[in-house]
Amino acid sequence: MPTLAEKKTTRPSRPAPELIFGDLWEFDPAPETADPKLKPRYDLFIDGKFVAPKSGKYFDSINPANEQKLAEIALAGRDDVDAAYAAAQRAFETTWGKLPGRERAKYLYRIARLLQDRAREFAVAETLDGGKPIKESRDFDVPMAAAHFFYHAGWADKLEYVAPGRRIAPLGVVGQVIPWNFPLLMLAWKIAPALAMGNCVVLKPAETTSITCLKLAEILRDAGLPPGVVNFVTGAGETGAAVMSHPIAAKVAFTGSTEVGKIIMRSLAGTEKKMTMELGGKAANIVFDDAPIDQAVEGIINGIFFNQGHVCCAGSRLLVHEPVAEQVLAKLKNRIKVLRVGDPIDKNTDVGAINSREQLNKITAMVASGVKEGAELFQPACKLPSKGFYFRPTIFSGVSMSHRIAREEIFGPVLSILTFRTVDEAIEKANNTAYGLSAGVWTDKGSRILKMSTELKAGVVWANTYNKFDPTSPFGGYKESGFGREGGRQGLLDYCKLV
Amino acid sequence: MSRLPITKTPKPYVGGAFIRSESGRTFPIKDEAGNFFANIPQCTRKDLRNAVEAAAKAGPGWAKRTAYNRGQILYRLGEMLEARRKEMIDVHVTLGGPKALVTKAVDTAVDRLIYYAGWADKYEQLLGNVNPVAAPYFNFTVTEPMGVVGLIAPDRPPLLPLISLIAPAIVSGNTVVALASESVPYPAILFGEMLATSDLPGGVVNILTGFRKELVPTFATHTHLRAISAAGVSAEERRALRLGAAESVKRVRFADSETNWLAESSQNLDAIRDTLEFKTTWHPIGA
Repeated sequence: MPTLAEKKTTRPSRPAPELIFGDLWEFDPAPETADPKLKPRYDLFIDGKFVAPKSGKYFDSINPANEQKLAEIALAGRDDVDAAYAAAQRAFETTWGKLPGRERAKYLYRIARLLQDRAREFAVAETLDGGKPIKESRDFDVPMAAAHFFYHAGWADKLEYVAPGRRIAPLGVVGQVIPWNFPLLMLAWKIAPALAMGNCVVLKPAETTSITCLKLAEILRDAGLPPGVVNFVTGAGETGAAVMSHPIAAKVAFTGSTEVGKIIMRSLAGTEKKMTMELGGKAANIVFDDAPIDQAVEGIINGIFFNQGHVCCAGSRLLVHEPVAEQVLAKLKNRIKVLRVGDPIDKNTDVGAINSREQLNKITAMVASGVKEGAELFQPACKLPSKGFYFRPTIFSGVSMSHRIAREEIFGPVLSILTFRTVDEAIEKANNTAYGLSAGVWTDKGSRILKMSTELKAGVVWANTYNKFDPTSPFGGYKESGFGREGGRQGLLDYCKLV
Repeated sequence: MSRLPITKTPKPYVGGAFIRSESGRTFPIKDEAGNFFANIPQCTRKDLRNAVEAAAKAGPGWAKRTAYNRGQILYRLGEMLEARRKEMIDVHVTLGGPKALVTKAVDTAVDRLIYYAGWADKYEQLLGNVNPVAAPYFNFTVTEPMGVVGLIAPDRPPLLPLISLIAPAIVSGNTVVALASESVPYPAILFGEMLATSDLPGGVVNILTGFRKELVPTFATHTHLRAISAAGVSAEERRALRLGAAESVKRVRFADSETNWLAESSQNLDAIRDTLEFKTTWHPIGA
């Protein structure tokens, strides 16, 4: 009788031949044509109204796919931020702070629904403004943003279950600053739990991606949200600093780089403001020799090239078990040859535009350091559009732990591959970083998944998958990747005080 | 002629041993009557770094103990304090504490250890949970200890707040380096002797004596301390701790300055949560 032990475990020494079509057939352009309904000029959203900045200054928001101007965005100064906080404070004291949770919930449900109604329009706007492929903004960013409002809506009248044994209360006005990689989704992650808990908000989107934020202001207005509950101020670092350090802010929440997170922590050292920091990462994506290799290769690709690698939890360090390292590398090279890099608005595009020239320069510099330090570079010979900011999907093999490309966050479509021999070595290498946001594990063995998950110092561990998100699932980091959680019951704890 | 008693050399408990400061420095403390009581080691930044090293070494082993085992060890620590309750009260009184209040504080300290001992195998059931994600994954959030936690106890009262900081941090598997009261450090040294006989592995709790002015800056900046939990700190110290924390994105918790340590309200599940991280795992379902 055959037993499990007798099962043939050897692998074929040569991988099966693969079908690679390359450029055999040209794809016709397939642009998404829904109207993003952009306005030529966007003002600040303060106290329920669109208002011009006191300085009268505006800056351009461009489409990174072709460098064309999309709209003018108001530049908020300190006076505007003051006005936004005053409106938020007023709303907290007079309307929002007095509403029963049941009624707050209804507003959040309305926002979710109105966003679903205009999903395609928002997806196109998001892609034009930020450069991410339309299939991602359409299938991920916008639906997930709506899901976050829907999920948190249901919490608003059930808050007594959030902290067992304690009574909780909202904090008051919270200041929030979000990044440019998932503009609408980060906004939803920030304001949905804050509002569910009964707080009022002053939020600043990233300067390169303000448009969907200001489009959402239209939805807030249409939903009848009382004036001042949510205020949007747009601008760059100076505006952000004014939002973070404002005396009315009882709490600040920041998503962005560890570098800026530390600056904010320093600047608030003398205050009693509560903080949530969702910062950078250098996640290890760990592939064992018993992993389903083809599935793992798809996961590695998704882990690093999703959103051009502009993802704080991107699987930017691939740790491959030595017995399968060659096989995985060969498959990865084949796989990235067929990634379609180009116009983000095209429905066939896999890798869109880099968000800004500044970010493109950073990625270029980091890749140059990888070459200089001796790692082996591989890039497919894909054609890139002549205008706009683009970077070829990049794989570095032969990377060692001391290389900058293995230690520093690149925030672009660049994968660094390292190898390991034993489980302990994988754990040691994975944890040998100042970051601790996320990790991936690919193996056929459930017990190994749970062991790795226990040992990895990371806030999120994906097993046989990567870059999965859900409003019910808390997200956030260990160590220098920040503190506090977003999503789930745990995420709500960061927007309340215990009384 | 009366017998001359043997006095005890006070030594803080670090890395499972009773140490003198590596600097050889001490400072004298007096009893209530103003008479010399003892010389207390004036620990240095180097002593603090050594203590962090001891705590880091003890960490993985302590965190891997079962919750049931950690609960029993905390309970045993309560037994040790109860057994030497009279000695602890007398020492407090000698150093100037009012008898009735000190008695209540020491009794509360024992009860507090028992309270947190009981939490060891329960907090996870309240803080963690399964998340119903919209995809075929068993998605769950559990807690993990942060690692090495720096504790700064208020100057007074000298024992109860210190124990109120230590117990919720270690019950989940953290290891701690604690700075004892500067002006009344002896009760913390005596408590160290109870730690040593409580089955608690060496290095899990490390207590330093010395001057806050010398040691707080190193607590603030030491990158291996993943969190700071402090009580009775001045505005200036808070600022220094927060500034230092920014360098390594350290978690900082300050106890409310109004905290009444004798009250039951000063012990709670949230004190345990303060030194925990949440970890979320996506485990595939199927095939």
